[in-house]
Amino acid sequence: MAVIKRYLFLIISIIALGILFLINREMGLKALEVTGYSLKEMVLIIPPIFILLGLLDVWVPRETMTRFMGEGSGIKGIALAILLGSAAAGPLYGAFPVAAVFMKKGVKFSNVLIFLGAWSTTKIPMFLFEMASLGVRFAVTRLVIDIPGIILIGFILSKIVSKETVKEIYANAEKF
Amino acid sequence: MNIVLYIAAGSLLCISFFKDKEKTKQALKKAWKSFENILPQFLGVIVLVGIMMALFNPDFISRIIGKESGWWGVIISAVVGAVTLIPGFIAFPTAALLLEGGAGYTQIAAFVSTLMMVGIVTIPVEVKYFGKRLTLWRNVLAFIFSLLVAFIIGKVAEGIWL
Repeated sequence: MAVIKRYLFLIISIIALGILFLINREMGLKALEVTGYSLKEMVLIIPPIFILLGLLDVWVPRETMTRFMGEGSGIKGIALAILLGSAAAGPLYGAFPVAAVFMKKGVKFSNVLIFLGAWSTTKIPMFLFEMASLGVRFAVTRLVIDIPGIILIGFILSKIVSKETVKEIYANAEKF
Repeated sequence: MNIVLYIAAGSLLCISFFKDKEKTKQALKKAWKSFENILPQFLGVIVLVGIMMALFNPDFISRIIGKESGWWGVIISAVVGAVTLIPGFIAFPTAALLLEGGAGYTQIAAFVSTLMMVGIVTIPVEVKYFGKRLTLWRNVLAFIFSLLVAFIIGKVAEGIWL
């Protein structure tokens, strides 16, 4: 039963894929093709991320992370969160395990959220690509609005979520 | 970018191994455990992305946000961006094509911004780490923020501001 519950979401997705196949074979094939492609992307990108995470978890002492990005780390912590998030590669779902390790190491909640924001939208490789495709004006304007935006969202989120919820989220991170 | 990641992981792993075999083993164990923990969600999301991409292919996207103007088009673009998960190197050229096809900068900015910041299909993964409340709020705020970004980019890119 536990296994079924664990894989329930996957099972539902596969059933949905099956239904799509029945309705429209061509679309089903297309979906399968994209799934294969994303699977490849995941297989390529995920191993180094998780290995780096494991190393970070084992080697970097909690005190170090707390000093740089914990309570009282101020602007330095925010800047680091943005830099680390922007230097990242891979889709947003790759950021969540990293965020979990950050929380284990005592990184301040708003900095975890800013890191997530940076990973989602100010990634450097993506920025270069965006400039090439959509123009310098478009990409630079977006970057200039996004940096204060993700900081603001980080602060708003850490304010609207209650202290208990934050504690629960940190306790939950210990499980990963 | 992948190569950089592999070189970083590989060399740090080597250094770690020379310094302390036991700790390295522990690190790899932790890496595997956290991967195994989230694997079912990852796989579910990947299948869901496949379905979404089949439904929201570039043709369909260009049809709904192509020539449309005004806030309705912007909101539809934002919603399409929020529910899809397209890798950047496909999304940006697609967005460039849509612009050539007559879509407005505001719509494209809304699409690009929600595509990157809002993740409807990745919600199951996000909830596992952050719980329902925070996931909901993060996505809602990112969506609203994207509309603001779209508005500003619309003005700047079309030369009305700056």
